[in-house]
Amino acid sequence: MEVINIQGTDDTPNVILDKNNNKFEISGRSLPEDVNMFYEPIMDWIDGYAEAPNEKTEFNFKLEYFNTASSKIILDILLKFEEIVESGHDVKIKWHYHEEEEDMLEAGEEYADIVEIPFEYEAYTD
Amino acid sequence: MENSHENHSFLDFAYQLYRTMKTNEISLVYEGEVTQDITKTFTSLTEKSLAKSEESNAVQRKVFNVMVECLQNISKHADALSEEEDERRGIVMVSKGDDCYNIITGNVIKNGKIPGLKENLEQVNSLDKKGLSDLYKKQMKEGRISDKGGAGLGLIDIAKKTGSELSYQFKKISDEVSFFILTSTIRRNN
Repeated sequence: MEVINIQGTDDTPNVILDKNNNKFEISGRSLPEDVNMFYEPIMDWIDGYAEAPNEKTEFNFKLEYFNTASSKIILDILLKFEEIVESGHDVKIKWHYHEEEEDMLEAGEEYADIVEIPFEYEAYTD
Repeated sequence: MENSHENHSFLDFAYQLYRTMKTNEISLVYEGEVTQDITKTFTSLTEKSLAKSEESNAVQRKVFNVMVECLQNISKHADALSEEEDERRGIVMVSKGDDCYNIITGNVIKNGKIPGLKENLEQVNSLDKKGLSDLYKKQMKEGRISDKGGAGLGLIDIAKKTGSELSYQFKKISDEVSFFILTSTIRRNN
């Protein structure tokens, strides 16, 4: 599978989706006005990945900020991985948050309430 | 002579404005079109000035987040003052008080949209932290992203992040439109 490697900007995140090296990460800021446009290739990639996923997938979210439109898209991404879990594969979400930022931890916990995927929380410092 | 008089009173106004802004620690005032570029510029300006202050990380991030939602609300939902105009304009003001930051935004809204918006605001204000979180999750699951790119989550998110009631007002401009003012308050010591 092709590798997605998008460099982040002021309002869009870094994205790495690399099946061969088993690396899946979205980090930085996600505040685009048009979330659909930015995330469309990412959703398409995940659809392709779901057809033949790795035995174990660890997806890392390390977001500093995201807007509410992005929060909806993040749920859509997680729901796609939930289907991968349902098809008998191992998926883990690693949710990183700044140690002083309870809001980001809570956001992760809210997703964990909605989707049936194991979450692991990891605090980081500056 | 007339000109010089006008000029003088404008300078006077500029000075009064400066004094008012200083006294109330208003760090940003803007009236105009609200685009994604404006949003990026204002949030990054505010972020830089907050980083220089002694404010806690958590408060800095709340101010940033709430500003993004308020500004993107204007760029997605503001209506034009008249049929001839097509710009999504608004006012934006950020002030710092002894115990809180206020983010005040205002924009024109069609009168027909007021009852629905009021209902959303009242619903959000009636909920506690748990209730807001449940509503947010429900809306994320059931909602769709509109053509304008909104997910119907902005107001819920602002209330969640600030932990304060959303204070708002509608000022009637004409039979067609009103001015909607929203004040979001972020407490400095939680």
